[in-house]
Amino acid sequence: MSFSVTEASGRTKWIAGILVVGYALITIAPLVWIIATGFKSGPDSIAYPPKVVFEPSLEGYVNLFTDRTRATEDMLEEAGPPETWYDQIARDQGTIITGPSRYGERFLNSVIIGFGSTALCMLLGTAAAYAFSRFRVPLKDDLMFFILSTRMMPPIAVAIPIFLMFRQLGLNDTHLGMILLYTAVNLSLSVWLLKGFIDEIPVEYEEAALIDGYTRFQAFYKVVLPQAATGIASTAIFCLIFAWNEYAFAVLLTSGTAQTAPPFIPTIIGTSGKDWPAVAAGATLFLVPVMVFTILLRKHLLRGITFGAVRK
Amino acid sequence: MTDTPIDKAAQATPEPLARRIRGLSDRSIAWIFVAPTIFLLLAVNIFPLIWTIRLSFTDYRVNRPNREVEWVGLRNYERILTDPDVWATMQATAHFLIWTIVLQVLIGFALAYLINKKFRGNDLWTTIIVFPMMLSPAVVGNFWTFLYQPQIGLFNYVIAFFTGADPASFSMIGDVHLAPWAIVIADTWMWTPFVMLICLAGLRSIPDSIYEAAECDRASKWRQFWTITVPMVLPFLMLAVLFRGIENFKMFDLVVQLTGGGPGNTTTLTSIDLKREAFEKWRTGYSSAYAVILFVTVFGLASIYVKALNKVKER
Amino acid sequence: MKTKHLMSAAVSALIAGGAATSATAEDLTLCWAAWDPANALVELSKDFEAQSGHTMNFEFVPWTSFADRMLNELNSGGQLCDLMIGDSQWIGGGAENGHYVKLNDFFDANNIDMADFIPATVTGYAEWPKNTPNYYALPAFGDVVGWTYRKDWFERPEIAAEFKEKYGRDLGVPATLEELKDIAQFFQGREIDGTTVYGAAIYTERGSEGITMGVTNALYNYGFLYENPEKPYDLEGFVNSEGAVAGLEFYKELYDTATPPGSSNWYMGENIDAYRSGQVALQMNFAFIWPGVEADPNVGGGKSGYFPNPAGPAGQFAQLGGQGISVVAYSDKQDAALEYIKWFAQPEIQARWWELGGYSALRAVVEDPGFAASQPYAQTFLDSMAIVKDFWAEPAYADLLLPMQERIHNYVIAGEGTAQEALDGLVRDWTEVFEDEGKL
Repeated sequence: MSFSVTEASGRTKWIAGILVVGYALITIAPLVWIIATGFKSGPDSIAYPPKVVFEPSLEGYVNLFTDRTRATEDMLEEAGPPETWYDQIARDQGTIITGPSRYGERFLNSVIIGFGSTALCMLLGTAAAYAFSRFRVPLKDDLMFFILSTRMMPPIAVAIPIFLMFRQLGLNDTHLGMILLYTAVNLSLSVWLLKGFIDEIPVEYEEAALIDGYTRFQAFYKVVLPQAATGIASTAIFCLIFAWNEYAFAVLLTSGTAQTAPPFIPTIIGTSGKDWPAVAAGATLFLVPVMVFTILLRKHLLRGITFGAVRK
Repeated sequence: MTDTPIDKAAQATPEPLARRIRGLSDRSIAWIFVAPTIFLLLAVNIFPLIWTIRLSFTDYRVNRPNREVEWVGLRNYERILTDPDVWATMQATAHFLIWTIVLQVLIGFALAYLINKKFRGNDLWTTIIVFPMMLSPAVVGNFWTFLYQPQIGLFNYVIAFFTGADPASFSMIGDVHLAPWAIVIADTWMWTPFVMLICLAGLRSIPDSIYEAAECDRASKWRQFWTITVPMVLPFLMLAVLFRGIENFKMFDLVVQLTGGGPGNTTTLTSIDLKREAFEKWRTGYSSAYAVILFVTVFGLASIYVKALNKVKER
Repeated sequence: MKTKHLMSAAVSALIAGGAATSATAEDLTLCWAAWDPANALVELSKDFEAQSGHTMNFEFVPWTSFADRMLNELNSGGQLCDLMIGDSQWIGGGAENGHYVKLNDFFDANNIDMADFIPATVTGYAEWPKNTPNYYALPAFGDVVGWTYRKDWFERPEIAAEFKEKYGRDLGVPATLEELKDIAQFFQGREIDGTTVYGAAIYTERGSEGITMGVTNALYNYGFLYENPEKPYDLEGFVNSEGAVAGLEFYKELYDTATPPGSSNWYMGENIDAYRSGQVALQMNFAFIWPGVEADPNVGGGKSGYFPNPAGPAGQFAQLGGQGISVVAYSDKQDAALEYIKWFAQPEIQARWWELGGYSALRAVVEDPGFAASQPYAQTFLDSMAIVKDFWAEPAYADLLLPMQERIHNYVIAGEGTAQEALDGLVRDWTEVFEDEGKL
């Protein structure tokens, strides 16, 4: 290896590596703790000192997906012996399962609203980004800034009139309302990001296509879209993650029918007191998909989080 | 792949119409492409904003449908700006904003600097460090309350382990002096990677040739750091600060889950206070004025800052 | 108003038909807080589903976000809930803003008589304006703040002897709040079975209503009044009377000297956890927890005792909890919802409700000769229900609650200012609310 002034020495690398790895371990400790707590039993989860080694239990997951009631003697008799393994886990806690919990529904709401708003956002965003990238749109800079500025407003402040408007239109606590809202919030991100991606595609490709007799639509559809596919995919994932994580609007504008998981997970409680293993189980199932997406996205992360302002 | 849906549409349409679609001028296409986005943003952002401004001059309350609404002029604004409680929330927000930014810039820059040493496996560790910022702040914030529990919480236990204090002797969320730091710590944990990523991009944008030239001039490493690295990364860093500043000015989810604004009012950030006024007390007119004041503050501060940022970039 | 027409149509249909079964099977949603009694209600409601053919869905929200979410739902005119077991303080807003259906005609048509229910629950949960025969709910769940204590610890000879030596009286159920404080301080920091235990778990929660529901138990008994009994909304000298100040100082002293470290944001759930895990000798909590305590493997089965909120210098009162069940005016399944209330009001259903752990408010149930002995806490429940007082139930209740939470938490937990300043501030806040409301 030839000497270079910018290449760090071996020792420096070691020290840098140790420090970074040390930080990384500290930073993932809370996440590991969430995942671990999901597999603890109730008493283990609140043990003092905190238990690092414990006997794994599915109590948290069973509690997450079921509603239970504290069983009286005659109820236990009436119910007979437990029929399934999860019945058994509930019985071990002195409870009887009364039905499925709402977690599944809320998770599904997150999926519907997340994917619905992302799809709509990509449809509108790609078109707008293409137009901003390729055509002379009057007041282009102002419009672009306007689009960006919509993201600066505190969600609580925006929620006041949205609440009134949705109430008038009957959109409160509906999937459609939340999809439209998240689409609007995410449009700024998708337009800005996609414009950057489309800007990078040489105009010559389209010009060639136009000369070959393609219409503008066809050139957009057949030439630009495939070229921008990676950009569109990573933008879509960013939109999805935002919609997935959003809390403020969800807590204010939904109550049951369209409630997503983030406002729901903190409210998971047991038959008495907070059921931390169940909360942790719910959080784990909710967070792990995002971690997977983060790994997929790592090449485009920077661009996504800065609205395309910084590109690698 | 010869038949795309658009081809089919074009074939299926009668000749004049097809010609018209084909012949659409770029200008009309531009409008067709941009209009839905602008329309949706107008409907979901601008229209509500105008409505908010209008409401801010009234005493309207959502939970009193049967009461007559009166115009109160600037009274809402006057009440807010002269209310010491509102200023207290601004102070809490400022404390939160300043300290999160300071810590995140310091740690984020340091991490980026270290990662830029390109040790083996740095990509993997970078990805791991990035995890917290991609996760739902509400869900994670909720779990931090668990980590902060006296005695049984991991955070207290670790601190106690290293300092020898009794893990039950302090409560990060319950203590008036510690709670403002509890939210700073959680936010720093979550968002340091954001600053780190941007700094890393800044560091990687510096061409090697500049360092090589400095090396020829026999500039010390220390000097190189202050005269090359820092100025070159500064615009990036300032951009990161802008984003974090706006985001943390809006901060709601993480803190509301962590402390709910307590104890007392010590961590009641402006957004949390606004939420109480708007959606618990339902003082709609009053909170609309509050919201307008926040808009103006964010836009005002952000535009001053962007001007400064542009100056730095020009240098 | 459309809903009103719908409503009267529903009522007249019920009167005309006399039958409770409607033609179609509906999907009803009942909204309540997520807690033990709600699980019991699910169990109880299976009988209704079998009888009526309707399906019951439940939307349960934890207490700390219950008011937020449900009032938001009502104010947005949402149709999520057909039946609402709303908190007692919402009744004014529910009635005046048209969220709840007025039930007088329905009660008359179905021979449901409010005189059959515990009077305090009728006033507390069903009437608006208070003390007038206008009903917007049927008392569903009687609840009141009371105390739970570790009888097994109290009975240990060495502990009892040490207490007697120190205080010159026997360790037992306290007769006054002062005595309660002594006991809590006595246990604070004590080693029992190798672990450090603390005195009492009390309500200190900031975000919703916690600390208010706790501190009032001290305030009332030291002489706090919500208003001049002679002149409504006259607060000065009643909210911040000398007695009220003493009561608030008492609560702070209790918090400072006799509660577990870190208990700065505790409400029902945290108190239960602390008590069940053996951290505290006493806990303040609503009566709903008692069936759970009795059944608990650690502290149940006779290890725990129960007593009503002890007296103070100005009398003996306890904070009212509990809820009535109402029909939501925005529901389009109101007749099926009314059917549910009719079913729920039946004496045999109410008796079963008590058996499952629900505190029935029906006099036939609680006045049954066997009631007091049916559970170790039954007598305490009856005694407590006899001394209840409730927070404001005005439509502006949330506006009144929020400043109280803030002022009290600031003083008791954050230690800012004095008790006098806190209550003087509260008078100012409340006066402003009543001025805004046009009541002053």
